[in-house]
Amino acid sequence: MKGIAKSLLTTLSTFSRKPVTRDYPNVHKTLPERDRAFPLLLWDQEIDEPFCTGCHACERACPVECMTVLMKDNPNHKSVGGTSSRRKIIDKFWIDYARCMRCNICVEVCNFDAIAMNNTWTGHETSVHDRKDLVMDLQMLLSQSHAGAIKEWVPVIGQTNE
Amino acid sequence: MVTERAREFDTQDLLINVGPQHPSTHGVFRMVLEIDGELVKDVIPYIGYLHRGAEKLCETMDYRQGIGFMDRTEYLAAFNAELSYVMAVEALAGLEVPERAQWIRMILCELNRISSHFMFMGAFGVDTGVMGTPFIYGWREREGIIDLFEEISGDRMMYAYFRPGGLAWDVTTNFKARVREVLKSITQGIKDFDGLFTENEIFVARTKGVGYISAEDAIDYGMSGPSLRASGVPMDVRKDEPYLKYSEIDFKVITGEHGDVFDRYHCRLQELRESVKIIEQCLAKMPDTGPIMPEKMPRMLRTPPGEVYLRTEAPRGEYGVYLVSNGGNRPYRLKVRSACLSNLQALKQMSVGQYVADAILVLGSIDIVLSEVDR
Ligand code: SF4
Ligand code: SF4
Repeated sequence: MKGIAKSLLTTLSTFSRKPVTRDYPNVHKTLPERDRAFPLLLWDQEIDEPFCTGCHACERACPVECMTVLMKDNPNHKSVGGTSSRRKIIDKFWIDYARCMRCNICVEVCNFDAIAMNNTWTGHETSVHDRKDLVMDLQMLLSQSHAGAIKEWVPVIGQTNE
Repeated sequence: MVTERAREFDTQDLLINVGPQHPSTHGVFRMVLEIDGELVKDVIPYIGYLHRGAEKLCETMDYRQGIGFMDRTEYLAAFNAELSYVMAVEALAGLEVPERAQWIRMILCELNRISSHFMFMGAFGVDTGVMGTPFIYGWREREGIIDLFEEISGDRMMYAYFRPGGLAWDVTTNFKARVREVLKSITQGIKDFDGLFTENEIFVARTKGVGYISAEDAIDYGMSGPSLRASGVPMDVRKDEPYLKYSEIDFKVITGEHGDVFDRYHCRLQELRESVKIIEQCLAKMPDTGPIMPEKMPRMLRTPPGEVYLRTEAPRGEYGVYLVSNGGNRPYRLKVRSACLSNLQALKQMSVGQYVADAILVLGSIDIVLSEVDR
């Protein structure tokens, strides 16, 4: 009997504690800066074009082959009277979010810091009715960064706090 | 007269199918129980429902890409699974891991052990018939730990944070304070589970003497981890073959006496306390600054030809990685020795002669994680 009383007391003691749950769809937890949802492309606000040059490095490094990258000549390059120093630029880009395993490798291999993991709730709440809707095209991948709605965290491998 | 009466009550054996989709099988595991009345006469387990071919997949990928798949072989303790893999790669490539990275790895692995054990406590409570309460307690404690992991690695379950050579990036600047904070809530959680179960007469009556396995049998079946130690065998890779910095840490190997379901629970509970002690020592010894990766790391890691078997102590027992390299940037052959698969082999031995309800208890007591069994 003593043991049972003890376990009932344990349960009782939780009444005096603060709740640990959240009213989820109404209340969102603040996500840490490093949170990894799905990869996004970043927008170069200065020159007003994507950072991505379509170099295929991420596509080749992706373990599940969920990316497709096509590049083109940059119409805004200096040689043709533009303002950009990027000779090549991304033409088409697809990421299949249904296949992506959020491993962060694409972010690590990119030499242009053009891709980052989405660390906002939009990256987590991606339910759709059809799997096909999870294939994101260039415009969808860029929109969040273009609108300035993301403060991305792009790690350098092996970096320390100093 | 007596024999006739006995024949009257002679019942036919009944085959019942449990799983593959059944809440008490902890995943997609199917077993066919041959029962006579209430007693289990035979257990036929069918495994492989969650087979994803992770080992074979890793052979087609370079070492960095493989880490993500190793996470998924052991989703409740992904840090421990990663650790075995990256340490095997490091052993082959001859990489020296900076000291600070080793301490951080140890802290994270022990925290992961704690979160996995809490998960066990919750699920095991449900197996014994306590609906809800312990499960929610387990989740509550695990949540705090996982939040910490998310702050550090960015992901809640599939961390991909350990890399051959060290860590992907540094921990957050408030790491130590955060770990201490989490430890405080863990200590309270351990106390809660202790109060909830250990002396509870109903729980004890339900679990004592159930699912017995002797030390000899347990060794013969290749069991490891808390399930083996509950039978009284003090085998712990952390003690026997210290890796990382375990040789500098003072901790006890917890063993049970009776080898029954209760002991398997109690071993894990005490192990939680040991893990807390280990983490506290690690925090005291861990330097605040320093490198987390060797100075020069090649862009694409290649290993010289050779083979290595490296084992670590995961929450469920010995998690070994056998890696053969033929000199390329990917494993030639990768084999994962998972504790759960070996522990599961003893299921028949432990549950024959028990009641049907206890068969579920026995299955729960070896803390089965199907992703680790099937890979
Ligand atoms: S995201 Fe980076 S790695 Fe990928 S194609 Fe663009 S520039 Fe290259
Ligand atoms: S996170 Fe990993 S799986 Fe996802 S797109 Fe990037 S490399 Fe591919």
